Amino acid sequence: MNYLNENIDSLNKKLASGDLSADKLAQDTVANIKDTDKKLNAWITVVDDAKPAENLDFSKSKLAGIPIAIKDNIITNGIKTTAASHMLYNYMPMYDATVVSKLKKAGATFVGKTNMDEFAMGSSTEHSYYGATHNPWNLDKVPGGSSGGSAAAVAGGQVVAALGSDTGGSIRQPAAFNGIFGIKPTYGRVSRWGLIAFGSSLDQIGVMTKRVKDSAEVLNVIAGADEHDSTVSTREVPDFTKFIGQDVKGLRVAVPKEYMEAVDGKMREVIQKQIDALKDAGAIINEVSLPHTKYVVPDYYIIASSEASSNLQRYDGIRYGYRAEDTKNLLDVYVKSRSEGFGAEVKRRIMLGSFALSAGSYDRFFRQAAKVRTLICDDFDKIFAENDVIVGPTTTEPAFGIGEEVSDPIKMYNNDILTISANLAGIPAASVPAGLVDGMPVGLQIMAKRFDEGNVFKTADFIERSNKFYEKTPTGMED
Amino acid sequence: MNFKSTIGLEVHFELKTKSKIFSPSPVTYGAEQNTETNVIDWAMPGTLPMVNKNVYRLGIMVAIATHAHILPTTHFDRKNYFYPDNPKAYQITQFFQPLARDGYIEVEVRGKKKRIGIHEMHIEEDAGKNTHGTNGFSYVDLNRQGVPLLEVVSEPDMEDPEEAYAYLEKLRKIVQFTGASDVKMEEGSMRVDTNISIRPAGQKELGTKVEMKNLNSFDHVRRSLAYEEKRQEQVLLAGGHIQLSTRRFDEATGKTVLERVKEGASDYRYFPEPDIAPDHISQEWIDQIAKELPKSPFDRYDDYVNKFGLKPYDANVLLQTKESSDFFDAAVAAGADPTLAANWMNTQVNGYLNDHRVSLNDIKLTPEHLAEMIKLIKDGTISSKIAKKVFAETIANGTDPKKYVEDNGMVQLSDTSVLAPMVKKVVDDNPQSVEDFKNGKDRAIGFLVGQIMKQTRGKANPKMVNKLLNQELQSR
Repeated sequence: MNYLNENIDSLNKKLASGDLSADKLAQDTVANIKDTDKKLNAWITVVDDAKPAENLDFSKSKLAGIPIAIKDNIITNGIKTTAASHMLYNYMPMYDATVVSKLKKAGATFVGKTNMDEFAMGSSTEHSYYGATHNPWNLDKVPGGSSGGSAAAVAGGQVVAALGSDTGGSIRQPAAFNGIFGIKPTYGRVSRWGLIAFGSSLDQIGVMTKRVKDSAEVLNVIAGADEHDSTVSTREVPDFTKFIGQDVKGLRVAVPKEYMEAVDGKMREVIQKQIDALKDAGAIINEVSLPHTKYVVPDYYIIASSEASSNLQRYDGIRYGYRAEDTKNLLDVYVKSRSEGFGAEVKRRIMLGSFALSAGSYDRFFRQAAKVRTLICDDFDKIFAENDVIVGPTTTEPAFGIGEEVSDPIKMYNNDILTISANLAGIPAASVPAGLVDGMPVGLQIMAKRFDEGNVFKTADFIERSNKFYEKTPTGMED
Repeated sequence: MNFKSTIGLEVHFELKTKSKIFSPSPVTYGAEQNTETNVIDWAMPGTLPMVNKNVYRLGIMVAIATHAHILPTTHFDRKNYFYPDNPKAYQITQFFQPLARDGYIEVEVRGKKKRIGIHEMHIEEDAGKNTHGTNGFSYVDLNRQGVPLLEVVSEPDMEDPEEAYAYLEKLRKIVQFTGASDVKMEEGSMRVDTNISIRPAGQKELGTKVEMKNLNSFDHVRRSLAYEEKRQEQVLLAGGHIQLSTRRFDEATGKTVLERVKEGASDYRYFPEPDIAPDHISQEWIDQIAKELPKSPFDRYDDYVNKFGLKPYDANVLLQTKESSDFFDAAVAAGADPTLAANWMNTQVNGYLNDHRVSLNDIKLTPEHLAEMIKLIKDGTISSKIAKKVFAETIANGTDPKKYVEDNGMVQLSDTSVLAPMVKKVVDDNPQSVEDFKNGKDRAIGFLVGQIMKQTRGKANPKMVNKLLNQELQSR
């Protein structure tokens, strides 16, 4: 089964009519993953004997019988969960993430866990204990990261929908690089219970699909209050699919000049074309400024790394996961297990974060970063007082080559400059395919105010209808 | 040279909740190792803390009882350090902003009243327990991981070990009577750390402080502080200086022993806990808790002595624990005579508890039972001799006193129409006794009473029998 020309509605119709059985769909999906993943390496674990849930009701749940990919930093009861780290190479969870139990209730089928940068730290899915994932548009290019496995799996037609997580752009950047849609909801929209923590004040689980409406369907299921996570909002979750197929007349669209200046001419042209389409359809376009954009990368790397340095301390070799052998004492267990269990990028961030939080640095780094974060939030508040959405490029460039940037962390970090702000401000943001630059996809980023995913879906769906990018087939998947 | 001491105390109380502060695991003292744990306590990947709101409630109770100012918004922080009993490798505590601050309690030392300030009180989670086996392995028990603690930090307002002792006594009593904690040092539900420094009289700036941890009784607190005062004095008089350090009290020698010298502050890399959304503590909620707060031991003492007319000694015995005071109050509320109830509590009930090494919560006697029994004594239904039998039965088996008395025909015989003929017959049958009585031998009465008691199997009301016998004998 190949999903390149499918969407949730088309699959639901086939399942409901009996043209397709959920069992066969599960088996064929696994078979196709095994076949195509020789090219992509998008998966860490594939469930060989994946079976649909029992008593499926295709009329009640659109996701009934639909195989969904889960990023490997989301806890799945009884399915190995590694966060792409040697540290958790053997970790078998004994509970389900809230998003997973909600998907189970909706009747989704679990076919496996997708590749990612170790502990979601990276923008290329090269920092994985299980090897790099390849971009379905060009196998020599990265799929972006950290949700690169989920993005490649969707773009490569292995599944119709995947869950990702986004701490600084980890859903949107790979979505852009792979020519698919990906949304990071508002911080507090989706429960983090069962998401292996990276930067707790920034992390959010989101959805990656080829078609915008499919993400709305999945978000409908996974969003909402949770007794296990006090940072999730108790506000009512709207039906996100009702924002699909609406017109954008009168929509107030802000375009930050800092974002347009961050990309080269070829890319700007593709992005501008999307903005023009919005304008032609009656949207009001306003040029705006996000003056603190130049501070977001250092700001983010201090906050995210500080939180990560604390979150990752539990991987100590004592209770689960990797434990070094030939240790002499307790300190030795800690030092050796962590030195051997974590990859270079993870260790870099732990050291960065530990430094930023240490007694002599806290005021100069962590506290200062928290203040800058407030300024960045203020920038957005000002813009959203007069605009419904902000649009611009998702990334500064299309997918780069595998191995190209992995040795230059600063360059790698700067990839995130356009996506990080949404995490710092906690606002919803998505990337929708805008077009091709030199044969590789680029994305249009859409942001809205907190809990206004509706306008993000509305705008993205309009762009999808206007450029019909979904009709294109990834060039790397041709034989 | 004269020296002045400055003492500050940090007291941890385990808050008495059914479940842990951040996980739904139950909390029971003495449960089998690791049986009261779940994925949160084990710090499994992806788990998050959820605050048990009852922890706030108990903390607020103590804050109210110590006149502290409660902050309107809650805030938690992480204290980072690696240790096997600390599975997340951070403790969730309140570092940047406590639950409450600026409280005080009043103590009386050598007849002088003094107010001791409470700097702040914060809530945090307890760690697990490491034990080291003789087989070369160490073991971790996470039952205690996540047990809620309230740390009460005093101002350095105490100037000698007696004041510290008085502060602890008073604080324990206050907290105990809120019901927020069991305050048992031996079970670890109350733990005391002390800080002490000395300086020459007249010098403004404080001396270098020495910390003592895990003192396991108030007496050890007093003795260790007294020892430290002297030790530090001798060091300074000999021209030495005090090291910023942690010491421990050695019970056997009565001395303090150096544990470790602090070289610079430990770096716990504190930062705000991002996984817990702030909670608002409304004034309405505080008012509600204040209204529900159990009566303080001081108000109870006032009631016992001034309202019920108990002797101060008896009042204090009742007030030794909240359980006994609550039991007594409930018995009085159920209609028991306060003086009799106090006597029974402080002699028979306490005697039983001591003999059987149990607590009030373990016995089958209820305050209502006690009240009923006292009523039976007061209205003459049973004699105090019979009452002891009834008590033994009720406390052991929970039998209703009234029912027991009725079922076993223990009702005291006070009916003159029944007793008078018996008295007449006994006197008739024992002419020698009449003789003796006339000759002024009081023994005769005792003998005759005994005869009546024998015939009634102890049920006759002795007062009544005495009265009737006297009348009968005098009429002869």
